[in-house]
Amino acid sequence: MLAFNFFGATEGGLFDINATLPLMAIQVVALTYILNSLFFKPVGNVVEKREKFVSNNIIEAKNKLSEVKKLEADLLTQLQSARSEAQRIVSEAENESDKLYKEALELANNEANASKEKARLEIENQTSAARDQLSKQADDLSELIVNRLILKK
Amino acid sequence: MFFNSLLTNFAALEVGQHLYWQIGNIRLHGQVFLTSWILLGALLVFISLGTKKMENDPKGLQNLLEFLWDYIRDLARTQIGEKVYRDWMPFIGTLFLFVFVSNWGGALIPWRLIKLPSGELGAPTADINTTIALALLVSLSYFYAGLSNKGWRYFEYYVHPTPIMLPFKILEDFTKPLSLSFRLFGNILADELVVGVLVFLVPLILPIPVMFLGLFTSAIQALIFATLAAYYIGEAVEEHH
Repeated sequence: MLAFNFFGATEGGLFDINATLPLMAIQVVALTYILNSLFFKPVGNVVEKREKFVSNNIIEAKNKLSEVKKLEADLLTQLQSARSEAQRIVSEAENESDKLYKEALELANNEANASKEKARLEIENQTSAARDQLSKQADDLSELIVNRLILKK
Repeated sequence: MFFNSLLTNFAALEVGQHLYWQIGNIRLHGQVFLTSWILLGALLVFISLGTKKMENDPKGLQNLLEFLWDYIRDLARTQIGEKVYRDWMPFIGTLFLFVFVSNWGGALIPWRLIKLPSGELGAPTADINTTIALALLVSLSYFYAGLSNKGWRYFEYYVHPTPIMLPFKILEDFTKPLSLSFRLFGNILADELVVGVLVFLVPLILPIPVMFLGLFTSAIQALIFATLAAYYIGEAVEEHH
């Protein structure tokens, strides 16, 4: 009736341990070697090759990025120095042109003043010469008038 | 009366019946080998199909196999440690795949449709011989791992924090394979029995959730077995300071 027959049966039972055990162990060991050559090695090679490739690329990209950053900073400092140099040149040129302008202005002013003075002197001379002449003529004329009057008497 | 009929019903499940093969003096459980050959054959076919044309940009089956490989590597690496996990990865992976394929194959394929003269086909891991074989292989592996990595210093592990631990650590060497084998055997056999009884009593719908639970248990048991095996090996190769 009781068909369980768990323990103690000479034939069958759940805990019937026999040569299945060592043979299964051998089978699993064999399977380990088969799976190693068929699965673990080839897949591992491919995966690790790819991981290496990816990590190499990442390192390379990082190196390139840092190089780019260095170049960028370099360029920035160059740009800044060039800008300040340009500013210096521009202000220098402005100063120079300012100076030249002032010099030219002064020169022209002086010249104008000098020619004005000369003209004034000349006018004065001519005026006084004309006045002398005029007074001399007036003297002559008065003398003539005087002489004529005296002679008529 | 009810109890009696229940027992007869159990009897119809043929618990503990085997298909015996007699080779010379030795006797084998034929149904265990038959199912394991079918399942391992399927596994090997699956793997050779997936690794036939390996490419740098994985497609189809190769993706799945690479995921599996990565999963097993993570398992081995976390338990065994960076230094020697490579040596043991194929063994851990084989244990995982063997147990997983056996458990799921036993649960998913309707073996009962194939009639045997005695016993019935089922998960190879529901036979105590298989699980003890696996557990003893694990025991041998961790001894070998410890001795080959640390030489005689491996036995420092037995007196590691204090020499008081010595009897417990020696006892552990016996309880480890015992618990490994019986946990797997018990879980898978219990699942098969529960499903079998439920199918026998209520053939419709009711067994389905239990079947899903069985699939879950099967996968978890494979993971537990592989993880514990890796943990024991890791424990044996670990350096104490």
